[in-house]
Formats: sequence, C-alpha cells, structure tokens
Amino acid sequence: MAYSEVVNVSGFVGNFKVTVKKKTRYVNEKECTACGECVKVCPITKPDAYQTGFSTRKAIYIPFPQAVPASYLINMDDCLGINPIACGKCADVCEKKCIDFDQQDKFIDIEVGAIIVATGMDVYDPSEIDEYGYTRFPNVITSMEFERLICAGGPTEGHFIRPSDRQRPKRIGFIQCVGSRSAKRGNPYCSNICCMNTVKDCLLLKDHYPDTDCTVFYMDIRAFGKSFEDFYMRSKEEGVKYLRGLPGEIEEDPATRNLRVVVENTNGGGVDFHEFDMIVLSTGVIPQKDSAVIRKLLTLSKTSDGFLMEAHPRLKPVDAPTRGVFLAGCAESPKDIKDSVAQAGAAASHANILLNAGHISIEAVTSVIDDSMCNGCELCIDVCPYHAIQSNGKKSPPTIITAACAGCGNCGAACPTGSITMRHFTDMQIEAQIDAILEEDGDQKVLGFACNWCSYAGGDFAGISRLQYPTDARLIRTMCSARVDEEFIWRGFHKGAAMVLVSGCHYADCHYISANRQTVQRVNRVWDKMERLGIRPERLQLEWISAAEGQKFAKVMRDIEQMRKRVTKEEIDETVRILNEERDKAAAKKAAKTDKKEQAAA
Amino acid sequence: MDDVTKMALDAPRIGVFVCDCGLNIAGTVDTAAVTEWARSLPDVACVVRNKYTCADPGQNEIRKAVVEYKLNRVVVASCSPRMHEPTFRGCVMDVGMNPYLMEMANLREHCSWVHAGEKDKATEKAKDLIRSAVARARHLTPQEELKVKVTKAALVIGGGVTGIQAALDLADSGHQVYLVEKEATIGGIMAGLDKTYPTMDCSI
Ligand SMILES: Cc1cc2nc3c(=O)[nH]c(=O)nc-3n(C[C@H](O)[C@H](O)[C@H](O)COP(=O)(O)OP(=O)(O)OC[C@H]3O[C@@H](n4cnc5c(N)ncnc54)[C@H](O)[C@@H]3O)c2cc1C
Ligand code: SF4
Repeated sequence: MAYSEVVNVSGFVGNFKVTVKKKTRYVNEKECTACGECVKVCPITKPDAYQTGFSTRKAIYIPFPQAVPASYLINMDDCLGINPIACGKCADVCEKKCIDFDQQDKFIDIEVGAIIVATGMDVYDPSEIDEYGYTRFPNVITSMEFERLICAGGPTEGHFIRPSDRQRPKRIGFIQCVGSRSAKRGNPYCSNICCMNTVKDCLLLKDHYPDTDCTVFYMDIRAFGKSFEDFYMRSKEEGVKYLRGLPGEIEEDPATRNLRVVVENTNGGGVDFHEFDMIVLSTGVIPQKDSAVIRKLLTLSKTSDGFLMEAHPRLKPVDAPTRGVFLAGCAESPKDIKDSVAQAGAAASHANILLNAGHISIEAVTSVIDDSMCNGCELCIDVCPYHAIQSNGKKSPPTIITAACAGCGNCGAACPTGSITMRHFTDMQIEAQIDAILEEDGDQKVLGFACNWCSYAGGDFAGISRLQYPTDARLIRTMCSARVDEEFIWRGFHKGAAMVLVSGCHYADCHYISANRQTVQRVNRVWDKMERLGIRPERLQLEWISAAEGQKFAKVMRDIEQMRKRVTKEEIDETVRILNEERDKAAAKKAAKTDKKEQAAA
Repeated sequence: MDDVTKMALDAPRIGVFVCDCGLNIAGTVDTAAVTEWARSLPDVACVVRNKYTCADPGQNEIRKAVVEYKLNRVVVASCSPRMHEPTFRGCVMDVGMNPYLMEMANLREHCSWVHAGEKDKATEKAKDLIRSAVARARHLTPQEELKVKVTKAALVIGGGVTGIQAALDLADSGHQVYLVEKEATIGGIMAGLDKTYPTMDCSI
C-alpha cells in the first residue's frame, strides 16, 4: 500500500489491529497506464523532489519513471483546484477517465501477528552550517544532489555539470562528516555510509571523466566493511587525493563562482589554500523526521542518537522492546544497503518464528488486579508504559490486558491500595527478601534493588570481567526499577539498613520504555521525606547502570561502601526510632478514622 | 491441578542446591560451610552440594531430591539467573514442578568472582544471598503462562530496500504481508541513488 500511513495500532503480540490511511492520489491507480498525456496539459510547474530540485514536475506527476505503483498522482496543494471550472485539463485528456477529483482518503483495518518497522532515515540538511554556504553558493551541493547529477536518469541525463554555469567541473572537493561526528551541529554519531559513498562518487567521476581532479577532506576514512579497503585503495590509485582536516569555511569568487577553502595542514603544519569548481558536502543521515509517530503507536524507544532502540544491543538487534515488533534497516541505525538487507532478513526470520508458532505463551510476570480492594483511582493506567490497563470508568476497577503487559511492575508500585499484584514479583516476596537480608548486621550492609535488564546485568558483567569490589551490597532483582515501591525503601531503613541503593537502566533507555521516570519520582519523594524526618538523604542512592557498564557497577559499589562507612550504629538506631514513631502515628490516625466512621454509622 | 502444583500450596518444603562451579565459586566461598549452615534455615528440607549443578549429574541430583524429599520449592545457589534460570526451570519441570517454584541465588557473578581476596566476607554474603532466596522461595506460587493465538499475517512499515526485502522474505515463506509506504512510490533513499558501493551496481 503506497501513499499510505499507519494511523492506529491496538492489540498485542500475535494479535495487532492496525488502521492504515490510504491517501488519495486523485488518480485510479489500477486503471492508470502512465501514458503521460495529462502531464502535457497541466499548467503548474513545481520543483521535482526526486531530482533534488534540479528539474521540475507538474501538479500531476509520477515520482520517477520506474516508480511502483506505476501510476500518476495529483498533489492537491499544487493543483489549481478540484473545481473543473478552474482547470481540470488533465481530466479532459485522460482517455481512460481515471482522474477522479472526488476520490477520498480510505481507512483500511487489518489484523496482523507481527510488525516490522523499516521506516529508514532522512538526510541531514546542511543549511545551518552557514560557513559552507550551501544556501548561498550554487556550486556547493550535497551528496544526494551529486547522485542525481551523475545519474543517467537524472535531470542532466548523467552529464555532470555544475549548477552555476552548466559547465563540467574539473576540480571537485568533497568535505566529509557534514552533520556527523560533531558535538556542536548536526549529530555526534558517525553516519556510517558517507565515507564509502564519497569513495564511490570519486570513482564514478574518474570513470566518466578521468581528467577530473578529486580532493577529499576528512577526519578519518572509515572503510571497515568487506572489500571496502580495496575500494578505497583503488580510488587512491586512480589519483583521488585524501587530505586530513576539515575546512573551516568555504568562500566563493563572485566572478567565476569558483570556491576556495582554507585548511590546516595536519601533516606539515601551517595552512593550505585550495580552489575548486564545485564542492560536494558529504552529508550525514539523521533519524526519520516523523519517527515519533511510529514510536508512539508501537510504544518503541529511541537510543540517545535518535534511532529506534532494539531489545538488546548485542543479542536481540532486530527485536523491539515491544514483543511482536521487529526493527530493520536504517530505522535502527545508519547502515548501507548490504547491512540493511541482512537485517531485513533477520527481522523477517524472527517474525516468521512468531507467525509459524501458531500460539505463543507469555511469561507469567504480569500484573493482576484484585477488584475488591481497588478504589478505581486509575493511577496504574497513568504509569503503564504499554497501555495494558484499560479504564472501566473512574471509580471502577480497570481491566489488565495480560497479553499486552510487559511485566515492569510500575503499576504495582504505584497502586496506593495494594490491589495490584505483580505475579512472581509480589510485595510479599520482595519484603521477605528485604527482611532476610537485614536479619543480621544491617549496619554493615547495602540493600540494593537492581533491574533485570541493566543494573543486575551490569553486575553480572562486572563478575564476568572479574572486577573486584567491596562485599557490602545484597541485591534484590526486579524486572524494572519501577517495581521498587517507596514502601520497600522505607522497610529497608526500618529494618536497619545502613544504605539503600535503587538502580536501573539509564534514564532514557529504560527497557520498559519510560517506566523508570516513575522510579525517579518515587526516589525523589523518599528523599524529600527523609529530609523532613531528619534522616540523611545520602543514605538512599539512585544509580543508572547499563548492562555493559561493569566498570561503573564496580565503582558504584566502591563509592557506596565509603558512604556506608559513614553511617554509625547510633544513626541507624535513631532512624529506626523515627520510623517507629511514624508507624505509630499512622496507625493512630487510621484508628481515629475508623472510630469516626463507626460513630457516624452509629 | 497436578499433584506437585497442589503440593506447592502446602507448607513449603525447600531444597537448596549449593554449587561449587568447580573452583569458580568454591575457590572463594566456603561452600561446605554454607551447605551446613543452610540446613538450619526454616522450611529447608534438604541441602545438596554439587560440583557442577548445571551439568547432567547436578540436575539429576535436583530431580532425585524433589521426589525423595517431596520438595515443593527449589533454590539453586549457583550463577546468575540471567544465565541458567531457563536450565533449572526446565529441570524442575521434568519432575512435574511448576517452573515458577524455582529460585536462584547468584553466588558466582555477584559474589565469588568479584570478592576473590575476601573469603570470609564472601562466604557471609553467600549465606545472605541464600537466606534471601529461601525467604522468597517460601512465598513463590505456581504460575500459568497465558497462551495466545497468533494471526498469520505481517505488517511492514516503510517501503525502502529494507522493507521490500523483509516483505518479500515473509511472503516467500507463505504469509500474507501488508507493506505500507507513506510516499507515492516504494524505494526509499536507494531509489534516488545512481550506482552503489562497493560493487557499483545500479540502484534501481
Ligand atoms: C547519499 C547517499 C548515498 C548512499 N549510497 C549508498 C551506496 O552506494 N551503497 C550502499 O550500500 N548504501 C548507500 N546508501 C545507504 C542506503 O541508502 C541505505 O542503506 C538504504 O536506503 C536503507 O534502506 P531503508 O529501507 O532502511 O531506509 P530508506 O531508504 O530510508 O527507506 C525508508 C522508507 O520508509 C518510508 N517511511 C518512513 N516512515 C514511514 C511511515 N511512518 N510510514 C510509511 N512509510 C514510511 C520512507 O518513505 C522510505 O520509503 C546511501 C545513502 C545516502 C543518503
Ligand atoms: S506491569 Fe508494567 S506493563 Fe504490566 S500493566 Fe503494570 S505497568 Fe503495565
């Protein structure tokens, strides 16, 4: 379904319900034979996006001759009007009568078991780097524009000319890492494909026009893939010059429209001047601009670079954190065609395993609600990152969709009445662990909570790497740090723990989308109350440790031992006294409330 | 409800299986002392020490003890649950126990490997980790996994080279596939390229 968008997704692994909006083309795509008669009569002329604006198209157009489906469409923003009085010339000449101004967007509902996200990427727009003059100098172009200019199917039919005077440029400069690997502008990551793309561009030029002089300015050439080094060496043999160092600025000679750059000579020192007929900015790639829409529909997360996050960076590279959803291609990270195709195969294969299974079982770490205790406050609905809890109207107990529940336990920690039970990670189970750990010598111990995916795994990694650290900590594993109820922390202090540590995935990389935001809120609330009660907040620590951060795990353990040593037995006794008092006050309040109720009833 | 599941609802009878992991654990943690100590924990019906609990003889010890001592909870004190939880869940299932009645204490990654020079303290920590696992095991209940049907069709969002390839693969394996592309044509960025590295093939 081309010219279509996913507008709604509900359901869960194996059973997704999806609504697709099929945007109207105003041309019956089944009937259209792409004869092109309509184009001849259309009076509107617009820049052609496919040819990166180097040529024009009409309001009725086909994106490019090989487009699939091979059908024309009308861009209604450009068209003079659906009113045939205004124009309607195309409809007049169309013999098959396939132009239909009354066509409407269609909404199609489909049911699928698996979803593959292959929404790709966008290309960086270098306009913001004013020193390179992309918007001011016609002969500064991007690598995408280069593709069109050298292509036989391009606006110049493959005759490589420069925009200012339609002459063939003989001295061409390439500037690498435009919009990539920069903390200031564009993105900090390496875009992966631009080095090899420039090598390719230079070889194409040398092939078509051997007398062309190509110079590449770079930070380092990343030719890491299979046969890439050979490819790079070949370009050097064919005379492409590679100069280390990126120009700070491009200047234009207004008379010739030639371009001049100044670069530091990193080999010999000093600065060099170079003049070119044309400069190609080797622009990086960026996350798909509207990927937030898909992220929201499928409850996916992004990594710090903005690309979609996989379930595990090494072991589950094509699985999304949402079960039944798979990622592939440049939606996941910038990569070339070969890697994209390989990942597509991997994602298809994982989807296949799911579809062929017929049935799937869902790990029993899911939440259940006790309707008799629930007061219908719906706090659980607010915190569930998977929309797995459905409202039945305020004041009524909501319904938990077990198959959609991912098992973070956020709802269990949020529930003020204790009516939500997280199966296999119940309050009772966790409290029993706390009590067992603190049965003896609490003053020597750090009571730790660690999430299965990151901080507990980071501890495992420290172990595998044999990093040594002090023995104070005793960890309790939960699926997510968001399972850590404030009551667990208080219980730890009440039972005499010197220190309590809450740890989880990095803030933006929560395995459960955004559940650890609530972790932060809960820890903040406990810190505030500790301050109010006169308990040193330092005794509660919050740390983000990823599965790969064994070093950090060990460091946290060393630091926390130092803090633990500052906590005296007297301080712990005082804390226990304060918390006893708090408990008694709460009990008295509750009793008074019941008394009042009973009196009122009487 | 099968017998073992019913038993799980009775008073806990916990078996603790302490693993030496060769010298990986036993080289630092005094597993003999830990084994003796664990016998004193409430509700613990038997404690067995093994050289390699995950190996077949070790797993057999677990299966044997479950039957012999009528165990309804199992605690394996060995390595990380992220490593061997599936192994030991499978092991107890062989003798009809619900897999959610098996609990692990991580004496290796979180203890012996990271406290090599501190044998006494590591042994104390190992005891605490087992005490915590036994306390949790006492409250474990059998869980049933939900089984759901799978709709045999797939959606591919994005019709670039990746989406096209994934859709073709899925269609070739006999599934219905919906490919949704927001632009008027499929092809993505690759459709706008001329030749492609490293082979210089045409892109379209
Ligand atoms: C200038 C340049 C030159 C390159 N040269 C080479 C080369 O020579 N060799 C090589 O191997 N690689 C090259 N690459 C990389 C190559 O283009 C990518 O590897 C490839 O395009 C990745 O394909 P994709 O399908 O993952 O993403 P894309 O090509 O970006 O395709 C994504 C598709 O998804 C669609 N889409 C996005 N969002 C949605 C949505 N919400 N709903 C529906 N559809 C959506 C988009 O319209 C698009 O059609 C080059 C890249 C660039 C920028
Ligand atoms: S456990 Fe997490 S995913 Fe499941 S219902 Fe609760 S909040 Fe939602």
